[in-house]
Amino acid sequence: MKSFDYAAPRSLAEALRLLSFHPRARLLAGGTDILVQMRAGRIDTDFLLDTKGIPELNELKSADGLTIGAAVPCFRIHEDSRVRSKYPALSDVAGLIGGTQIQSRATFGGNVCNAAPSADATPILIAQGATCRIIGTGGQRTVPIELFCTAPGKNVLKQGEILISFHIPAKSKTTGAQYLRFIPRNEMDIAVVGAGVEVALENGVVQSARIALSAVAPVPLFVPAAGDSMVGKAPSAEVIAEAAAIARDAATPISDMRGTVEYRRHLCAVLTRRALEAAIVRAGGKN
Amino acid sequence: MPGKVLVNTTINGEATDFRCEPRQSLLECLRDILQLTGTKEGCNDGNCGACTVLMDGRPLTACLVLGVEAEGRNITTIEGIARGSKLHPLQQAFLEEAALQCGICTPGFIVSAKALLDRDKNPSEADIRLWLANNLCRCTGYDKIVRAVQKAAAEMRA
Ligand SMILES: Cc1cc2nc3c(=O)[nH]c(=O)nc-3n(C[C@H](O)[C@H](O)[C@H](O)COP(=O)(O)OP(=O)(O)OC[C@H]3O[C@@H](n4cnc5c(N)ncnc54)[C@H](O)[C@@H]3O)c2cc1C
Ligand code: FES
Ligand code: FES
Repeated sequence: MKSFDYAAPRSLAEALRLLSFHPRARLLAGGTDILVQMRAGRIDTDFLLDTKGIPELNELKSADGLTIGAAVPCFRIHEDSRVRSKYPALSDVAGLIGGTQIQSRATFGGNVCNAAPSADATPILIAQGATCRIIGTGGQRTVPIELFCTAPGKNVLKQGEILISFHIPAKSKTTGAQYLRFIPRNEMDIAVVGAGVEVALENGVVQSARIALSAVAPVPLFVPAAGDSMVGKAPSAEVIAEAAAIARDAATPISDMRGTVEYRRHLCAVLTRRALEAAIVRAGGKN
Repeated sequence: MPGKVLVNTTINGEATDFRCEPRQSLLECLRDILQLTGTKEGCNDGNCGACTVLMDGRPLTACLVLGVEAEGRNITTIEGIARGSKLHPLQQAFLEEAALQCGICTPGFIVSAKALLDRDKNPSEADIRLWLANNLCRCTGYDKIVRAVQKAAAEMRA
């Protein structure tokens, strides 16, 4: 790895000040993406700013929805009893990224900022309606997560900006979510396809539904039309199948060693259907 | 050219300071600076788990941690698992169950498994397999490793 300087600021103000002095700085959370990329020579930086000492980025709090600091490691999200009871799909995803050791370090913040098409946290955060709180020297801004990733490895952050946290709105008791991915092994693999969904029911009818896919487009793919097709209807098998077909048709996957275009498109429909069925059960609907 | 940084840590219960460059991984610092060569390097990219150590009780892959990130932390390596000359029940069980051949994966498996048994005295076979999914062995086959962990768990409960 090439040489660089390192700092671990204890406040956002100090972090922003350091970033303003180092125009080629990169941010470090768990390091499970960026250290691998730096070692491979894919990232060239002279300054690594460790975000793990900044209090706002370490917050995991469920009051008025859920706030997940960008530097909170997956094991904390996975093991948090409030997240598990109110946002089980987020808890599940935190428990399926990598393995035990990776989960000690890897964060949702790093997963989303790294902007891999196959990222597992991003689709479920899209489905659950997360927003991203961002700070720069010019102040704070909020970006809906479906607009955050712009191309493979690229996101909306400008040099010098920091992702502080994700905020997920409070959910009704009759809202359920699920993320399913297909990998050839049981764990420790990159998604061939993933589907993250959320369904909110009211009196047995779909009030809203959000569906997002991983590994089938240059960025994690939000398919609003798929969820919208369910609104106002009882979640019957036909309604679910139609939403799954819309999701499949929105996918623009590539063929690679993990799967062909045809295989991935087929998986989109299957995983979307299964994720919807599971989310509906979680929402208390019979399905 | 960035200079060396002084890092203050506790390693295997002893206050330990070392100087390293920010680009050096904790794995390099342990092996090359502190001569704690029990922690192994397999892949150097987080997949194999051979470099597993505990940081504040949590297992992580030392190849994906910078030495400077160990500042103020409590690190346990394979060298800190035995109590003096008495092997830890996991080490004893790995020997008795022949849960190793070449042995390069063994320190990582034992350190990971210790973290599991520290939090769960009676893990199921499925719990053990899931917890150890970040550790790879290319020789033994996992059944013997899982049996050794089960045996150590039983030993520690007794
Ligand atoms: C063995 C292994 C298995 C893996 N398995 C999976 C898997 O199953 N699923 C999956 O999706 N991924 C997987 N990954 C990839 C990786 O672990 C995840 O993407 C992880 O969530 C990245 O988080 P991190 O905290 O380690 O990010 P880092 O590597 O620290 O950072 C990633 C990127 O985000 C930027 N960044 C970090 N924090 C901020 C911030 N606050 N503001 C702005 N930018 C920021 C960094 O500069 C960098 O570009 C795996 C990786 C390994 C090594
Ligand atoms: S050497 Fe660190 S995980 Fe393989
Ligand atoms: S014993 Fe050789 S890799 Fe496990």
